[in-house]
Amino acid sequence: MKKIILLLLVSPCLVFGQDDLLGELEKGSAKETEYAFATFKGTRLGNGHTIETKNAGSLEFIFGHRFGAINGGAYEMFGLDQAYVRLGLDYGITDRLSLSIGRNSTDKTMDGYLKYKLLRQSKGAKNFPLSVTALGGMAYKISPKDEDEPEGFEDVDRLSYTGQLLIARKISTNLSLQLMPTYIHKNLVESYEENNQVALGIGGRLKLTKSVALTTEYYYNFSAPDNSTLTDDQKQYDAFSLGIDIETGGHVFQLLLTNAIGLTERAFITETRDDFFAGDIHLGFNVTRTFQLKKNK
Amino acid sequence: MTQPKNLPFLFFVFVSLTGYSQQRYIAEKAIISFFSDAVVEDISATNEKVTSIFDAVDGEVAYLMSIKDFQFPNKLMQVHFNEKYLESEKFPKSSFQGKITGFNVATAGKQEVKATGKLTIHGVTKSIEAPGTVEVNGNRLTVKSKFIVKLVDYNIKVPQIVWQNIAQQVEVTLDLVYRPL
Repeated sequence: MKKIILLLLVSPCLVFGQDDLLGELEKGSAKETEYAFATFKGTRLGNGHTIETKNAGSLEFIFGHRFGAINGGAYEMFGLDQAYVRLGLDYGITDRLSLSIGRNSTDKTMDGYLKYKLLRQSKGAKNFPLSVTALGGMAYKISPKDEDEPEGFEDVDRLSYTGQLLIARKISTNLSLQLMPTYIHKNLVESYEENNQVALGIGGRLKLTKSVALTTEYYYNFSAPDNSTLTDDQKQYDAFSLGIDIETGGHVFQLLLTNAIGLTERAFITETRDDFFAGDIHLGFNVTRTFQLKKNK
Repeated sequence: MTQPKNLPFLFFVFVSLTGYSQQRYIAEKAIISFFSDAVVEDISATNEKVTSIFDAVDGEVAYLMSIKDFQFPNKLMQVHFNEKYLESEKFPKSSFQGKITGFNVATAGKQEVKATGKLTIHGVTKSIEAPGTVEVNGNRLTVKSKFIVKLVDYNIKVPQIVWQNIAQQVEVTLDLVYRPL
């Protein structure tokens, strides 16, 4: 009994007597959930998307540009004479849902996307190893002109659809990897092509400094036609890109080397006619500028 | 325990517990914000999830906060603040541990005080001194303070060339209300 009382007498001195108030605060702080952030610098990895969406109320202007093939020689100024462009806007409706529209010079295509962050990588109170974003897109080819339409051509033939899951893990502060299972449906296809095509993309980024990162992205198309039966301008290759991201405040500059010239999933996953490994490499860039339209409360 | 001879001991225990608990105060509202006026755009952020304990008798005080709880009007700035400047994945917390001098809990009204102690930001701990006021309102204490933090002291590197709108120092404002623990 005496011992218990002695302990009671001493214990307040032990607890309160120690002057490390900070230690007490640290003990008292609840275990929180920490979500991975900035898995990628931008909403695009190379040609395709990343898991990132725009935050609520912020608008991003994206200027995507691909030059001609570097192996076009001096006559083509090593590709610089040609240009394939996409002008786009991405807007964050909520922190997890964003909307995107764009205009592509390739086939005069209008595109639109909805992108939603389904799951977020987290640790702490809630642990989840991956971030998963769903992307749904639609593209409408304005080319050919109405008067140039072939016999039997209907307006729905201009449409194609993309469904994609973007699955990423930020492995460390500097390294992030992403897998992109992709489904593409084209209403009208060439005779040697399938309407429904399935592809798997893989990519990643490696940060070199706080503002500079290397990126790569490769899409393997499981539904690609057999190139050996096709002529050179029908052949289809997997889209590959190597890039460098440079971030400066509200801008992200992405410089790329790629074999794709299109900037919609339809164009770069199913209609890439150039072979990266045969030297048909295009210099390209994506430049983004983010504007905060609505202030974060 | 019910034996009368133990009563003095129990009394002593009770007194010692209550005696210690009355001098302790815990923050029920704690806001720490910072502001810096820069060339292009002012930078400001507010953290409303700060925790703090204050010992009114010996003046010991401690603050603890998560860097990621700083909310910016511009979300992209918040991402860059966490990712590039404060590196909150590596250094998730910021803290202060020290002493408030010049305060007497028995004196009503506003009192000019001084805090001295160790401020930890971005994994770097520095001794600082900051002026402030403590006001006694019934059993509540209102603490306010304003001081300057130089980024270079805490090894926070801001690339001036790429982003000119970040100043090299920020003004930190504390606004806390304590209640007895």
